[in-house]
Order: sequence, then structure tokens, then C-alpha cells
Amino acid sequence: MIDGVIALYIFMLAGFTGYEVISRVPVILHTPLMSGSNFVHGIVLVGAMVALAGADSTLLRVIGFIGVVLAAGNAVGGYVVTERMLKMFVLTGKKKGP
Amino acid sequence: MPAAATLETLMQLSYLAAAALFIFGLKRMSSPVTAASGVRWAGVGMLLATAVTLAFMRDASPMNFALVIVAIGIGGIVAWISGKRVAMTDMPQMIALYNGMGGGGAAAIAAVELYGGHTQNIVHLAIATIGGFIGAVSFSGSLIAFAKLQGLITRSIRFGGQKFLNLAILLIAAGAGAMAVTGAGLGSGLPVVSLLFAFALLLGVAMTVPIGGADMPVVISLYNALTGLAVAFEGFVLDNAAMIIAGTVVGSAGTLLTQLMAKAMNRSLGNVLFSNFGETSAAAGGAAAGAQKAIEASDAGVMMAYSQKIIIVPGYGLAVAQAQHKVWELTQLLLDRGVKVRFAIHPVAGRMPGHMNVLLAEAGVPYDLISDLDEINAEFETADVALIIGANDVVNPDARSNKSSPIYGMPILNADKARNVIVIKRGQGQGFSGIDNALFGLDQTRMLYGDAQSAVSQLIQGVKAAG
Repeated sequence: MIDGVIALYIFMLAGFTGYEVISRVPVILHTPLMSGSNFVHGIVLVGAMVALAGADSTLLRVIGFIGVVLAAGNAVGGYVVTERMLKMFVLTGKKKGP
Repeated sequence: MPAAATLETLMQLSYLAAAALFIFGLKRMSSPVTAASGVRWAGVGMLLATAVTLAFMRDASPMNFALVIVAIGIGGIVAWISGKRVAMTDMPQMIALYNGMGGGGAAAIAAVELYGGHTQNIVHLAIATIGGFIGAVSFSGSLIAFAKLQGLITRSIRFGGQKFLNLAILLIAAGAGAMAVTGAGLGSGLPVVSLLFAFALLLGVAMTVPIGGADMPVVISLYNALTGLAVAFEGFVLDNAAMIIAGTVVGSAGTLLTQLMAKAMNRSLGNVLFSNFGETSAAAGGAAAGAQKAIEASDAGVMMAYSQKIIIVPGYGLAVAQAQHKVWELTQLLLDRGVKVRFAIHPVAGRMPGHMNVLLAEAGVPYDLISDLDEINAEFETADVALIIGANDVVNPDARSNKSSPIYGMPILNADKARNVIVIKRGQGQGFSGIDNALFGLDQTRMLYGDAQSAVSQLIQGVKAAG
């Protein structure tokens, strides 16, 4: 159980972390980084899984099922497109990836 | 009981590791050298968290467990295939789509909490409601953004009093949310919860339809940050530290990224959301100074072959013509002759800041040849040729000097300072925004008319012929 005040501390520290982590990102990476952070919030998948696992009526199962489908799409799709974009970035003289 | 407690601890530690991997991955993603490994580290975190959650779902009924597996399979496979197939030019709308799905996932978690009525804790209910509201707005808003960039919606719908209508929708949703939280214990919450989600979805649509295509990247980035926030809120409700940390990190990183993008595009966030700009009121610019002078590709090729330094300015027209590979071929030819070639990328050169870099990277252009506006602007003065391909407004000197121009004040690439300017352009018409470009009439400017793909092919022949 995460205590209310502890949760606020986590919020605060994670907030500053997010800001610091990308504060010096060059413009050339804006699109991939947006895609990458989009992938990271795909962690919503585990929440949707827990919600569906605990569903005890047809209505809740339907909503939970849609939630898991959407969240899985976020996680998998976000990963695939980010990886595709980033592996194309190469330096002069280096061979392009497969 | 001790065994169960140990397993619980193991699960929490796995979430902790996943959160650490996300932050580490994002950090590596902010430098081009380490970026590709960054997303893989974050991917490991995601796999770990998902696998552990699945392994510890012992309390779930077999039916629910099966539903979870099937749902992951459907969502995962569809997203995998669409993500592998999408063209690099369509990347912005795909990001919008996946982001919207995440928002929908967060909203679904909130809906299960609110409809289920298992929680009486008013703080939990309030946070679930706020997160669900934000998630639903992000869901429908992102879908509209996707539809607009995909060309499914071509008009921007605007009318008087639109802001007040949006405000009214927001207030109704907020009222329904407040009633859902306070009335949950009364057992009368269900219709109110439905009202909340209906109006939250409506708000996402209503907020996004008036925004023009040019501003869409900023909006997508904003929805990305909002989804992060929604995920963090639902993480609190579910007692899941990995969701709180990952969601909050994305929320703040996404907010910063939104500001950076808006700044790069010379727009403020408030402007994007509330000013109904996006499609410029055209024709306010002054008439182009001189007449446009054409050049033959063979002459242009010779000029480039005997240059010392060339700066290429690619615009979205290059991507539309799918000419990136040809441009790289031309560049390699010039590099082999000892010509210094650089690419100058304006922040709005693609459909999203950084999008043009992705498109050039796809063609094989190494990123150390690519410079952004601040790095390269001083170098135009020493360049023999500035080659403009499918770009227009981002090299219009009116933005610096002509106060009556609609793009006055926008940061531009100073291509007009180069000794010679060659502009590859389809015809004599105006650009994307319908503004005349003073660059085209300058003494040192020559126009090479034609589709970017064939014009660059001719340039390659021209350079080869120069011997």
C-alpha cells in the first residue's frame, strides 16, 4: 500500500526526473523521443490487466477487455515505431543497420 | 502467508526495476548515439513488468485470465503489424494513435473502478475520476489528431462561441465527475459515471477539431503528456509504483517536449489551443521583389560540382516526392568530389520537429551531416550554394524583415545569405501557407522547376557530366 504522502513524494521526484532527463535533448530527436515517452506510458497495460483480472460482471469485463486491447496497442505499437526510427540514426562511415 | 508476502515483495521489486529501466532508457534516448539502445532498455522494463503481472495473477478467475491473454494478443498483434508497416512519413499520426490507445487504457481502468463500486475511499475515487477524465480526453483528442493527419478529416471546424461550448462541456464533465465521486456510496453513480465519460470524450473531440494541421504536432505532444498523467493517477488508484513513476516522468517530460516544440515552431501553447490560427490568413505578404529566374539542371549540376561548400535545405515537399534517397545519392557524389555538404533542418521541416531527421536517417544520411537552425545559420554566408528542396516558408527572408508578412518573427534558415541559391520547386505557385517568398526573386537565386525526385535525378546527371 502506497501511503498518500509517499505517493506525493513519488510524484514530485518523478516529475523533476522527467524534466531533467530530456532537458538537453537536441531537436533532431524530438519525434523519436516523443514516440519513446509514448511507449513508456504503455505501462498502463499492467494496470489494465489488473483491472480486467478483478472484473466481476459482464460490463466490467467488456470495459476491462477493451482497456487491455488499447493498452497493449500502446505498448507494442509505441515500441515498434520508436525502435524503427531510432535504429536508422547512424554516424558517417558506419554501416546502416539491417 | 510469508510465502505470499515474499511473492508480493518480488513483484514490487520487479516494478521498481521496470521504472528504473524506463528512466534509464529515456535518458539514453535523448542522445542520438545511445538512442536505439535506450528504447531497448525501456522495452526490457516493459516486458519484465508485464510478465511479472501475468505471473502473479493467481487470484483471477480462469475466464478473466484467458480474457487478459486474448486482449493482449489482439492489441499487441494489430499494433505490431501496423507499427512495422507504417511509412516514416506517416509516423506523426501513428504516434497519435498509439498515444490515444494508452489514454483509452487509463480511462478503462478508471471506468472499471467507478462502475465496479468496490472502493469507498473518496480520495481514491477522486483520483480515479480525474485520471479517467484526462485519459478519455486524450483518447478522443488523439483519434481526431490521427484522423486529421491521415487526411480522414480535412476541414478545421470553427464557429463563434466555440470556446464557450468547450467550457460548458468541461463544466458538465466536471460536475458529473464530482457527483460520481461523492455519490458512489449511494449506489446511484452509474448514469453519472457514463455522463462523465461521454462528456470527457466529447471534450477531446471539440478541443481538437478547430486546430489546424500545422499545429497538430504540438497537440499530439500535449496529449502524450496528458496520457502520462492519467496513467500516473490510475497507478495511484491501483497501488502500482511503476505506473506512478513512468506516468509522471512522461507527464513532465512530455510537457517540456511540448513547450520545446511550440517554441521551435514560434507558437505558444495557448496560441495553439485557443487562437484558431494553424491555417494562415493568406495573401497579407508583400509582392515578391524580382522576377523568378529559371536554371537548367545541367548548369546547376556543374555549379554544384565545382563548389566548395553546399548546404541543402530539405522541406516536406522532399518527403512527399520520396526523394530522400536520391538526395543522399547526390550528396555522396558531391562528398566524393571533396565538396563539403551539410543539411540544414528547420524545426518545422517535417510534419513534426525532428520528423525530417527521421526521414533523412531512413535514406541513410548520417546525422553528423545534419544541423539544426542555430548551428548552421552562420554558415550560409560561407556557402557557395544553398540547395532548397521542397521548402518554402522556412527560408523566406520576409520573416526577418517584412513586418506585414504573416510569418514575420518566425525563425528562418538564412539561405538568402548564400552566394548562390538553387530552389527546386514544382511550379511558380505559392507555398503551403500561400505566402509569396522574397527569396525566389533575389539576384543570386535560380529556380529549378520540377518534381523533387526527377529534379534531383537530373542534378545527379549534371554533377556526373561535370567530370
